[in-house]
Amino acid sequence: MVAKRIIPCLDVKEGRTVKGINFVGLKDVGDAVDLGRHYAREGADELVYLDISATREGRNTFTRLVERIADGINIPFTVGGGISTLDDASRLLDAGADKISINSAAIKDPSLIDRIATRYGRQFVVVAIDARLEADGVWHATTHGGSKASDKELFSWAAEAEDRGAGEILFTSMNHDGTRSGYPCDTFARLAETVHIPIIASGGAGSVADIADVLTAGRADAALAASIFHFGEISIGDLKRQLAAQGIAVRQ
Amino acid sequence: MIAIIDYKMGNLRSVENALHRLGAEFEVTADAEKIVRADRVLLPGVGNAAEAMHNLRQAGLPEVIKSLRRPVLGICVGMQVMCRHSDEGDAECMGIFDARVKRFKPTPTEKVPHVGWNQIGNLEKKLFTDIKSGSFVYFVHSYYAELCPDTIATTRHGLLFSSALKYENFYGTQFHPEKSGDTGEQIIKNFLEL
Repeated sequence: MVAKRIIPCLDVKEGRTVKGINFVGLKDVGDAVDLGRHYAREGADELVYLDISATREGRNTFTRLVERIADGINIPFTVGGGISTLDDASRLLDAGADKISINSAAIKDPSLIDRIATRYGRQFVVVAIDARLEADGVWHATTHGGSKASDKELFSWAAEAEDRGAGEILFTSMNHDGTRSGYPCDTFARLAETVHIPIIASGGAGSVADIADVLTAGRADAALAASIFHFGEISIGDLKRQLAAQGIAVRQ
Repeated sequence: MIAIIDYKMGNLRSVENALHRLGAEFEVTADAEKIVRADRVLLPGVGNAAEAMHNLRQAGLPEVIKSLRRPVLGICVGMQVMCRHSDEGDAECMGIFDARVKRFKPTPTEKVPHVGWNQIGNLEKKLFTDIKSGSFVYFVHSYYAELCPDTIATTRHGLLFSSALKYENFYGTQFHPEKSGDTGEQIIKNFLEL
């Protein structure tokens, strides 16, 4: 049986990880490779590195960083942020990324999913969807970190992304992101009915119980989180022990 | 010297990086002479099995690979093309392992592709020296090799399939040891020390 995955997400700006505290034994929490290795040792199943640089130089720095990550880390990692063309994806694949995550660019031009998946395979393509439940009762997909509305609706867009070649869906509820109040498990479960590819739950984790809920009732295949790991509130090892104690299949 | 066979089937970087971390010397090549002279040969591969066989034939490599007498390790599609036949693109393969490669059927609980960490069991001694039954390794695939007399590790994804194969000096892993953390590194080390 495939284990449920726990995935820390690291934000990178101009080549340095942002946020986070100093872990014991880790000299430089801003070094993306050191921090990634720390999480890998703790039992992270994968890593996600998100480039939040706004500049071209920042992007180039990120590509060089991806080469260092690929050389220094022995578990799979996904990179995202600012990928808008097949060339961007190719550059990151060449640098050693196992998967890329695309979001706004896929909404603007859905054929980008087909082109990347055709060239490099479905396993390389994660489609990230940031959606917000609006007063009309519909989950609207957003772009640019939730700041812009799009004409896509969560469930139909996820199904379209799967048809076009997405290998995984990374869904963040913008209603829950940053609230630490848990995930919308009903919505995740419905998403699991809609698509057949793995679903990564993101945004909203405040406790072990939240993560356990989305992996069971929410039927998610993986949980991605940032702040609860970066601020050392819970270690990945402890989280996995507690999930295992509840009968959830995790790699230990 | 270790030869990593380059036959234009996906990125070899993660395999190169894994060897680099282990301090092993290697060369990425499609040159038959270099492959024949190598102490160890790695055949990685991501993508479509029919395309992989096509590329190997274009490079004149299937007969070269079958003639090797030193340890050879196929990874993922590299392992699949060492089997008898793959249903992916109805491809006749090299026939080193006596297995057919079939597609997983998705169920509500077993998704396809089979992506993520899963356990290996029924382990053969040599390639899996110091690896415990039940260890987790990383998989990404939609096709699997059926169980056969060459099976040296099994994994369950709905059904039980061959997660590693061995015939004489030829080894294959369906999972990616180069992405399987410390367990994977130990398996690569074991292969290099065979």
